[in-house]
Amino acid sequence: MTFLSSSSITEKRRSGPESLIKLFSIVMLISLTGCGGGESNVSAGNKSGTLYWGNGTEPQSLDPQIATGVPEHHIISAVMEGLVLKDRKTLEPRPGVAKSWDISENGRVYTFYLRDNARWSNGDPHTAHDYAWSWWRALQPALGNLYAYMLFPIENAQKYYEGDISNFDQVGVKALDDRTLQVTLKYPTPYFLQLLDHYSLFPVHQATIEKFGDADQRGTRWTYEGNLVGNGPFQLVDWKINRRIVVQSNPYYWDKENVSLKEIIFIPIENIVTEERMFRAGQLHVTSSLPADKISVYREANDPELRIAPYLGTYYYRLNVRKPQLQDRRVRRALAMTIDRQRLVDNITKGGQIPAYAMTPPGTMGYFPESDLTFDPEGAKLLLAEAGYPNGKGFPPTEILYNTNEGHRKVAVALQDMWKKHLNIDIRLLNQEWKVYLDSESAGQYEISRAGWIGDYVDPNNFLDLFLCGGGNNRTGWCNEEYDRLILDVAPSMKSHKERLKVFQKAENMLLDDMPIIPIYTYTSVQLVNSSVKNYDPNIMNAASYKDIYLQTDEESSDKE
Amino acid sequence: MYRFALGRLLQAIPVLLMVITVTFFLVHSAPGGPFSADKAVPPEVIKALEEQYNLNQPVWKQYFSYLGDVVQGDFGPSFKYSGRTVNELIAAGLPITAELAFYAMLVALIVGISAGVAAAIRPNTLQDYLPMTGAMIGICMPSFLLGPLLVLVFGIYLDWLPVSGWGDLPGDKILPSITLGTGYAAYIARLSRGGMLEVLSQDYIRTARAKGLSERLIIVKHALRGGLIPVVAFLGPAFAGLLAGSFVVETIFQIPGLGRFYVQAAFNRDYTLILGMTIFLSTLIILFNLLSDMLAIWLNPKLRHEIEGAK
Repeated sequence: MTFLSSSSITEKRRSGPESLIKLFSIVMLISLTGCGGGESNVSAGNKSGTLYWGNGTEPQSLDPQIATGVPEHHIISAVMEGLVLKDRKTLEPRPGVAKSWDISENGRVYTFYLRDNARWSNGDPHTAHDYAWSWWRALQPALGNLYAYMLFPIENAQKYYEGDISNFDQVGVKALDDRTLQVTLKYPTPYFLQLLDHYSLFPVHQATIEKFGDADQRGTRWTYEGNLVGNGPFQLVDWKINRRIVVQSNPYYWDKENVSLKEIIFIPIENIVTEERMFRAGQLHVTSSLPADKISVYREANDPELRIAPYLGTYYYRLNVRKPQLQDRRVRRALAMTIDRQRLVDNITKGGQIPAYAMTPPGTMGYFPESDLTFDPEGAKLLLAEAGYPNGKGFPPTEILYNTNEGHRKVAVALQDMWKKHLNIDIRLLNQEWKVYLDSESAGQYEISRAGWIGDYVDPNNFLDLFLCGGGNNRTGWCNEEYDRLILDVAPSMKSHKERLKVFQKAENMLLDDMPIIPIYTYTSVQLVNSSVKNYDPNIMNAASYKDIYLQTDEESSDKE
Repeated sequence: MYRFALGRLLQAIPVLLMVITVTFFLVHSAPGGPFSADKAVPPEVIKALEEQYNLNQPVWKQYFSYLGDVVQGDFGPSFKYSGRTVNELIAAGLPITAELAFYAMLVALIVGISAGVAAAIRPNTLQDYLPMTGAMIGICMPSFLLGPLLVLVFGIYLDWLPVSGWGDLPGDKILPSITLGTGYAAYIARLSRGGMLEVLSQDYIRTARAKGLSERLIIVKHALRGGLIPVVAFLGPAFAGLLAGSFVVETIFQIPGLGRFYVQAAFNRDYTLILGMTIFLSTLIILFNLLSDMLAIWLNPKLRHEIEGAK
């Protein structure tokens, strides 16, 4: 550029391109330059009480009765709250909007006593009636609430949702007065208190929703900045699409004295490689995940900011039992017995995953499933021979379907290899784009397909009821009426938790014995957490209790050292 | 000139109609719907959603009602982002992508023209080979490689510039602009070198030299105007390409522009968003092509005569 702009005043400059380029460069300089460096988000945030949170994708909706997905969950749990909260370490129920509750002797009637100082973020009083109305809304089919089933333990909720009854008064939720809410359940449901901390059961502000549309109308603007009224420790102040969502402490929150953070900035970052770079540059306190190939780098460096914790989810393969070669349970067992899960998690997935030999993750509400499934290639060969395929002879080439993703591909390749080596059978791989894969799987157009399930609440029921006859999440064609009876009738009627777990174990054994699915590993949550973030404890739902989190400033931490 | 522009605009109508029709039926025939999810969706919910978004009607009916809305400038509601309209999403992303494209274009023009002209002045010397080798590397280097490289060097090791963002931190616009502009700079360098070489060998340049004008004046005043015509012709498609193709750079640098919506919309089967973005970007491409043609005519007396002679 310099050779164009060397000066000679005598020459007239009328020529277009030169002056244009000069103008361009000036604009460029003015707009692009600025002092680089400066204070990072993290150290500035530590002083001001602002938490920078890597939040995955742009949320689809902040309406708790429409939203699904983890990024939505994080934001909603900052700006709204249920009757109970979860302990940030153990996930045990703790008082939330309800200061206390009674449970009737038969375990079916819950009476909640709401706090006198419970208010909405606009200062409106927050009463028991809000819950009755919100749950009525959650059960309107027109709203398209994907989590309506979370309310089904409530008496007649399912019937109302499915249109068998039309009078909501028959549904087991009643505001006895402004401060007392009575909930009647169909069965004593030991995990009911947990459900109350799921966003689908959070209260919503009736006046705001009705101001922006009908109660059961989707896609109104009530959840946007300036409109949203919540009852959580924070309130929504800014929402810039694909850029950030900002929440600040709510002055009307009942426990505002104990909320330390002033502000949380949720940043939607789809590219996890970018997210990791942002963390390294001090632009984020917490990431939503970590690229698989970086995990070992952080592990080898013994980086204290790397956090790996067991996660309430199972990675498994579905076997389509309608396909001829997979109809025999001995074939399915043989496939499950020839997966060297330890090798798989150590060498392929590398994220500290735990080999899974049952569908339900171990430690789910005190349930540690027993399983006779082991890595036993010799036994598997015998089973396959019994089924009519000695040394894999005559076994038709079979396809593993997975959604296009490098991680899933690696697992499929490893399994393909193990099955070839131990059973001498030919496996092909087929990847499909996500929505196409979902279509194929639901239509039963697959032989073996990869799957994953993340728990909505901590109870074996949430994992085992997937495989009920004809259930929407079953998709394997497997159906066992005795299994259905155990899950639907026997387990809910058990008096004690221990007896109930025994029923689940029985059902789990049936599932493992018939093997319509092959459990592979229990997920882990892998993320980077800056050392200044305190009270963000690992737990199996990877749930953050934002009201408890505080940030340690750089000076404070150096004082301690 | 006006007649020329009007004619081109009229030609654009059937082109756009074609784009809308093909895209509409393509997205509707793609397997997997906007509401399928990992967790089974109850049939009641699917029914409620399809009613709300008019998907329960026959496809041809949907097509004509969509066309009616588009004519009025309404791209409808997004399926995925509950409560947002496609118009709103485009309005949110466009200024950012346009700004990014503008800066990238500046980078491309300044670097590209400087290198191209420098090379053309002394062809087949080091002053030619060096920038042209650079240009070749620039053309070959994909932005998903260049971007992370620049971030590693300037963002992480040297810690001079922010690694991501757009207008959030001082200086965060520099690396994305360079990343996006580099490939185009390389093209422009080659185009301006070629254009300049051709012009410099023409008689009127020889005349200028014979008059004893300084070399600088010859280049700047006489040669550039003709030598840059290929670059001008390239600008329209290039700017449209920058707008439509900024997805990779937007993802690498966490920039909330249009590109990210476009790709996500396809994955999500967000029919209205895919369609809205396609129509909008097609319109832009048509307009920019027209503008750059008009600019080329204005710069080139030969073309101007042809157009006016055709009247």
